[in-house]
Amino acid sequence: MIQAVMVISTQAKPRLLKFYNFQAPEKHQDLVRSVFQLLSASPDSVSNFVKVDTIFGPGTKMVYKHLATLYFVFVFDSSENELAMLDLIQVFVEILDRCFKNVCELDIVFNFNKLHTILDEMILGGQVIETSSEQVVKSVEEIERLEKQSSTTSFIPKSITERFTR
Amino acid sequence: MEQLRTIGRELAMGSQGGWGQSKEFLDLVKSIGEVRSKAEEDRIIARELEHLKRRLADPDVPRRKMKELLLRLVYAEMLGHDASFGHIHAVKMTHDESLPLKRTGYLAVALFLDERHDLVILVVNTIQKDLRSDNYLVVCAALTAACRLIGEEAIPAVLPQVVELLAHPKEAVRKKAVMALHRFYQRSPSSVSHLVSNFRKRLCDNDPGVMGATLCPLYDLILEEPNSYKDLVVSFVNILKQVVERRLPTSYDYHQIPAPFIQIKLLKILAVLGSGDKQASGHMYTVLGDIFRKGDTASNIGNAILYECICCISSIFPNPKMLEAAAETTSKFLKSDSHNLKYMGIDALGRLIKINPDIAEEHQLAVIDCLEDPDDTLKRKTFELLYKMTKSTNVEVIVDRMIEYMINITDHHYKTEIASRCVELAEQFAPSNQWFIQTMNKVFEHAGDLVNIRVAHNLMRLIAEGFGEEDEGADSQLRSSAVDSYLRIVGEPKLPSSFLQIICWVLGEYGTADGKYSASYIIGKLCDVAEAHLTDDTVKAYAISAILKIFAFEIALGRKIDLLPECQTLVDELSASHSTDLQQRAYELQALLGLDKNAVESVMPADASCEDIEVDRNLSFLNSYVQQALENGASPYIPESERSGVISVGSYRSQEQQETSAHTLRFEAYEMPKPSLPLATSQTSMSTPTTDLVPVTEPGYYKEDHQTSKSQPPGDAVSGEFGVKLCLDGVQKKWGRPTYSSSTPSSLASSQQTTNGASHSDGGGSSSQPRESSYGSKRQQGTEVSAEKQRLAASLFGSAAAKADRKAQASRKTAKDSPSTEKVATTNVTAQPVKEQVIPAAPPPDLLDLGDEPVSSNPPSADPFSQLEGLLGPASAAPVLSGTPATSTSKAPDLMSIFSDDVPTGVASGSTDPTLGDVNSTSSHKGATAVASKKGPSLQDALQKDATARQVGVTPTGNNPNLFKDILG
Repeated sequence: MIQAVMVISTQAKPRLLKFYNFQAPEKHQDLVRSVFQLLSASPDSVSNFVKVDTIFGPGTKMVYKHLATLYFVFVFDSSENELAMLDLIQVFVEILDRCFKNVCELDIVFNFNKLHTILDEMILGGQVIETSSEQVVKSVEEIERLEKQSSTTSFIPKSITERFTR
Repeated sequence: MEQLRTIGRELAMGSQGGWGQSKEFLDLVKSIGEVRSKAEEDRIIARELEHLKRRLADPDVPRRKMKELLLRLVYAEMLGHDASFGHIHAVKMTHDESLPLKRTGYLAVALFLDERHDLVILVVNTIQKDLRSDNYLVVCAALTAACRLIGEEAIPAVLPQVVELLAHPKEAVRKKAVMALHRFYQRSPSSVSHLVSNFRKRLCDNDPGVMGATLCPLYDLILEEPNSYKDLVVSFVNILKQVVERRLPTSYDYHQIPAPFIQIKLLKILAVLGSGDKQASGHMYTVLGDIFRKGDTASNIGNAILYECICCISSIFPNPKMLEAAAETTSKFLKSDSHNLKYMGIDALGRLIKINPDIAEEHQLAVIDCLEDPDDTLKRKTFELLYKMTKSTNVEVIVDRMIEYMINITDHHYKTEIASRCVELAEQFAPSNQWFIQTMNKVFEHAGDLVNIRVAHNLMRLIAEGFGEEDEGADSQLRSSAVDSYLRIVGEPKLPSSFLQIICWVLGEYGTADGKYSASYIIGKLCDVAEAHLTDDTVKAYAISAILKIFAFEIALGRKIDLLPECQTLVDELSASHSTDLQQRAYELQALLGLDKNAVESVMPADASCEDIEVDRNLSFLNSYVQQALENGASPYIPESERSGVISVGSYRSQEQQETSAHTLRFEAYEMPKPSLPLATSQTSMSTPTTDLVPVTEPGYYKEDHQTSKSQPPGDAVSGEFGVKLCLDGVQKKWGRPTYSSSTPSSLASSQQTTNGASHSDGGGSSSQPRESSYGSKRQQGTEVSAEKQRLAASLFGSAAAKADRKAQASRKTAKDSPSTEKVATTNVTAQPVKEQVIPAAPPPDLLDLGDEPVSSNPPSADPFSQLEGLLGPASAAPVLSGTPATSTSKAPDLMSIFSDDVPTGVASGSTDPTLGDVNSTSSHKGATAVASKKGPSLQDALQKDATARQVGVTPTGNNPNLFKDILG
């Protein structure tokens, strides 16, 4: 099972954190920091797999991909295949690229809610549910379309709408 | 200028349709991107949170704005700030009618809360309602939140709806419903167990996505109970076949491979189902063969499938043809340049050797390469592999390697793991006692505080018992070499406590045994140890006891000894110690100094640590005393078992525990005091409390109750022997028969003879014998091959020095061509400072001696061949050149030095690979056009983003925003 998905900038700033086993918010920064330490310590030419039992508990491994200014990190346990996880990062990034048309770090910073949407289409409860990037893009676009349709009333102050709904 | 920038920013945002966020958020992100310190960031976020708090509570905020506020809250929390005041707003937002707000609300609650949070109860109700919604996106959002937030108690509330949704017309909903059900199953199997059949049904879903998702819960279920899913083997195989034959929609293709992730999941499932089941495995061979045949080793994902295939094959009922294919693929992985593939190759090899250990032989060089690799992950993986393939023939090389590696690890967790593995392997496979002791010394020296204390006890026991045979000479040689090495080491700073304990014990026991060192020299050393470790009571206790023993031996030999001033200081200091244990030891020492030769001899017999101590539990020697007391009118002793009100206890030890642990009042009268010591000469200092007051600083702490009972007439003393001993409870007894190991309370201590031993087994020989013999046989093998080896060495090493690496390759080929060389032991590639043990006539090498006195008559040229031979068994093939014979003195040539020509270039070429970082450094314009021409997204787009990025200033490293272009190429 996948335990966490993290996107961390090369400046050690978290850009996306998603934990599939609950981690208390107070602990997030420590986790980011220790993961970042591992990432920044590993040179380019080594394998993309790191054992992280000291950070995430026994048997956990981490696969990372360094793309431009971002590290994409998947943390998972022994029931997943490392190479496949590496490709899942690839799938994720490909989807991002299709959704944002030449994705850059800014897109990710400002649209982390969309990233969450994308991720929710791919991974649910730590299990990979969809691996076809086409399918994911299709459902994300559908969600956006429907969201736009239903957001017609959104400029009305909430005090008014609340009065209506009551 | 400033104005221009603002305009540019607004323009950029306009053309993008913005990022959907307001300028405020943009500014926030920007200012955080620019901060120089953590404090500054904290300040900004604190301000932001203040602002959010106000706005969120403000009723006049438009609802659309609410969404953004909440997202900003999520952002603040992601940066590590407490945003708990906003949780309730998130919960409220899940009630909202509008889809985007509802979804944002769900996102925020799923990120903020967990199932145990108080607010979850409010969300459960909403989830329940939303699961019934007509809008499938609402349902999806609710299901996603359900996966995260529904705890065990809440499952029944939503379960019926979730099960209904399994048949929803939208595949996205079915998929999520399956996962939600799976999640419920993980949380509480019992509440969902009756619904497990639903997973089977979903396996036949028309949508491949749903089918693929269903594999996740099925995999978990099958892992738990493979037998109830055997009927699905054929279905799984069929699905896999269809996937491999590209029957799925092409949208599932990934890098030209049909649905690789589904293939991998199926292979995992088949591996479990086929494990140890010949019939089930029979169905799989064909499709596995297909996958191997079609296998694409060029792409990463292709290799992932192949790796999973190898895992499957190594798990199911073995099939020679399949294994062959798996071995072939493994060797491709190992030969690859990619570290990732090497890693997978090592892992695959580890799986395959379980079935056929011979497979490893072919790959020994690749394995050695991985061991030398600077990549730590790969190295660790390789050590894991070595650990799995350790045998008595290669244990020395492997453990030495491990120790060498261990020394440089800084990570405590991992160091402990490696240290305990070293110990485990050494205990299991040690070819000789010397080797074991030497290895343990190294482990203790570098990781002493990380290994279990029982390992230290084992080591002491081994030194005390020696070979356990008649061969006393070898034993004493072993000991004196241990003493030599410890005397050298003892002065070093920062030795771990457990190692110091061993050192003290050995010095006390055997420091003066061979007469090489004077008593005062050893005592001086021991005093130094005690002084250098002021805070460590255990070490001090060991040191003072060791001093006591040395004094005892000296007195027994009739020599006059003076208490050195430093020793006197130590004794004085310890007599006033806070620790009663140390106090007692110090007093005992002082008491002992006043005794005469005969008494001391019986109290502390030399080298008696292995003597069996018989405890006369009936205390028959007291009979006359008891008789006398009875005659004088004392009331007779009633055995505990016959006394009323006292739970009968089997041993004194457990009785003591009972007494100390029973905090309740006792209503019966206390039993009569047990007969006190029949001390002829009263020695008040001896009557200091000697029961279990010894502060037990660690579990399994070495309990040395020195009951130096007063001068018994020697004739009397034999009946009850008792004394200093290791607390061996729970210690694995590797070298002897089970021995008596409970400690006797001192109230019994009449007429004890204190043997100064660590353990009481007389029979260490029984278990060390097999080890001996295997050692012997190994020597024999060594002789058999050594002649041939030398011949090969001559031919291979003759003029090899200059172009060793090229020759190495050539010789590798020749080795493959001529199987006649197979028997020849491999060349030694490992750089191990292992002393040789192949030369048969060598006297027991003085392994503890770390270099001062080369006692062993081994030729100094450590045979570089035999060391690798250890690694993969003597019959392994594929000889390679290692260093030149000239360099092979006591240290074997380093493999890395041979290949050093290659290595830097390899690394260099690796780093010059076009990576994103490099792309990044090219000018942004160039990058943008490159992307434009390659992928067709508009150049304008990219430039705009670039411009905005620079203005906003959040892209900290590099100026080219088109990050991911080369990954798509």
